[in-house]
Amino acid sequence: MDQYTLNLLVVGATFALYMGIAIWARAGSTSEFYAAGRGVHPITNGMATAADWMSAASFISMAGLIAFVGYDNSTFLMGWTGGYVLLALLLAPYLRKFGKFTVPEFIGDRFYSPTARMVAVACLIIASVTYVIGQMTGVGVAFSRFLEVDKDTGLFIGAGIVFFYAVLGGMKGVTYTQVAQYCVLILAYTIPAVFISLQLTGNALPPLGLFGTHVESGMPLLAKLDQLVTELGFNSYTGHHTNTFNMVLFTLSLMIGTAGLPHVIIRFFTVPRVADARWSAGWALVFIALLYLTAPAVGAMARLNLITTVYKGGDLTQPIDYDARPEWMRNWEVTGLLKFEDRNGDGKIQWYNDKNADFAAKAEAMGWKGSELSVNRDILVLANPEIAQLPGWVIALVAAGGLAAALSTAAGLLLAISSAVSHDLIKGAINPGISEKGELLSARIAMAVSIGVATWLGLNPPGFAAQTVALAFGIAAASLFPALMMGIFSKRVNNKGAVWGMLSGLVFTLVYIFAYKGWLFIPGTAMLPDTPEGWILGISPLSIGAVGAMLNFAVAILVSNATEEPPAEIRELVESVRVPRGAGAATAHH
Amino acid sequence: MSDDNNAYWRANIRLVTWCLIIWALVSFGFGIVLRPLLSGIRVGGADLGFWFAQQGSILVFLALIFFYAWRMNALDRQHGVDEE
Repeated sequence: MDQYTLNLLVVGATFALYMGIAIWARAGSTSEFYAAGRGVHPITNGMATAADWMSAASFISMAGLIAFVGYDNSTFLMGWTGGYVLLALLLAPYLRKFGKFTVPEFIGDRFYSPTARMVAVACLIIASVTYVIGQMTGVGVAFSRFLEVDKDTGLFIGAGIVFFYAVLGGMKGVTYTQVAQYCVLILAYTIPAVFISLQLTGNALPPLGLFGTHVESGMPLLAKLDQLVTELGFNSYTGHHTNTFNMVLFTLSLMIGTAGLPHVIIRFFTVPRVADARWSAGWALVFIALLYLTAPAVGAMARLNLITTVYKGGDLTQPIDYDARPEWMRNWEVTGLLKFEDRNGDGKIQWYNDKNADFAAKAEAMGWKGSELSVNRDILVLANPEIAQLPGWVIALVAAGGLAAALSTAAGLLLAISSAVSHDLIKGAINPGISEKGELLSARIAMAVSIGVATWLGLNPPGFAAQTVALAFGIAAASLFPALMMGIFSKRVNNKGAVWGMLSGLVFTLVYIFAYKGWLFIPGTAMLPDTPEGWILGISPLSIGAVGAMLNFAVAILVSNATEEPPAEIRELVESVRVPRGAGAATAHH
Repeated sequence: MSDDNNAYWRANIRLVTWCLIIWALVSFGFGIVLRPLLSGIRVGGADLGFWFAQQGSILVFLALIFFYAWRMNALDRQHGVDEE
């Protein structure tokens, strides 16, 4: 059987599975549509949260981000996992106790302010819509690489699948498909990693292999990698080469942003009890850690493999002939993600850091006229099974895994958007008298419209698509997280404080990002140079969310202290959110 | 607010504070700022700070969340505010 048929079979089988689950898990009430009837087991929810959270970026890009930079990009590993500590200790159990359906609903009730609720809806929609664009384009790319269909056709197929199970099943359908998607993506990620780790280090566990011995050279794997990359003029892999202050702020921004992303928070509304919400956050991180502990190993080993493929004899002055390149390189050249340009016309693949002035003299002496290989970081994970010469079904599984990662996150985001529209906008503001049946219908319509908008944005990605991660995390960190945290941990912060806090955090963060990236990301409108030298105090626009969050806290507390105390019933609401007893009752009267 | 709820909340805040101190220490501390101080301790081809940045902090985060859940569920029962 050829590879294409195999890909089609494996991806088709996983899609059939998702559809089957969708029919089985149809939603019959708003409680099922928004919160899966609050009957999801904490371990099941942990698995669904892991798939909800780990997007195409985690699955496809993260190992490459670490591979080509090394230690300095550990920020992603710590930032995207450390947020779960904040979520588990500061938000999830309390929001579950509150017992409602959406994030803006808590903000509106706690700060007794429809304005605060609408500001939260706006933040939620901006953060989630920007995030979903990346997922939709990811679906299109995965389809076009593995199933040889046109990118747009791939996007329509993916959107159709999400439409089917999200409109039909709401949170209930999304939860159980996410569980299936988690299983697919984690198998797809770890199987090739285990084989590569075995080949390079003899250790079947990639996280141990990373700190193990490189069998071929007898040196520690990381020491060998450091030696090879520095000899080719690159920065050392394990060394620290960036601004420490910015590294701390970037990590903190990712952590706070993670804890403030609505599509992750609402997953904790689906478990039966407050105690379950606490356990469930731990289980979510267990399932996430399986991938996040594997990723740095995949990154380091793939980088090492690439270098030893190009400099096959081990002599870093003698690269291989282009004609002698391995089969997998030929395959990926077709996609344009791997490119060779014979600058000095000698037919060999010189790959080194041609931006290193110290290395230039050495390169000159050897007759090298610039690095001739460019490798897109996204191919490392996708090409892994081919590099390790694994059987065709593993390649097919990786294709299904990439699609599972993108689809599960897209569905979670779309659910957060549609429940904010139907529950906060329609029931909360436009038509409070709407019947249960009417609200369920409007939730389904809102979901269908959101999918339509997301598909359209995926087909016509705005110029800022690449910047969306900074924007989504910045907004979640600077606006939603502080408001939620103060709503629980302070009885003093009032309606005015919350609204002014959220607005100042949001505006400050947006202005800082836009000043460097262009107003609304329109090219040419940037006012400051987006380089480490041009950043204020060395703070990159990607790291500004943490500063925005601090500003939000400060403004909210100052304004609240200068204005009246919240009314007695709000202080009682905070008291009741702080204790688990009565969580069931809070749900029942809704 | 009843006195017992007050004691319960204070115990919770204490627990959260300690957990967050450890959370910051392993990531921002050992993983980034304090890494030069730990560079003498070698871990398989790199140093302890590198290990914390790439693996150690994640393992500690996991331990923290489960420890917190276990302690809080016990506190709920001690103070009689657990779910019936």
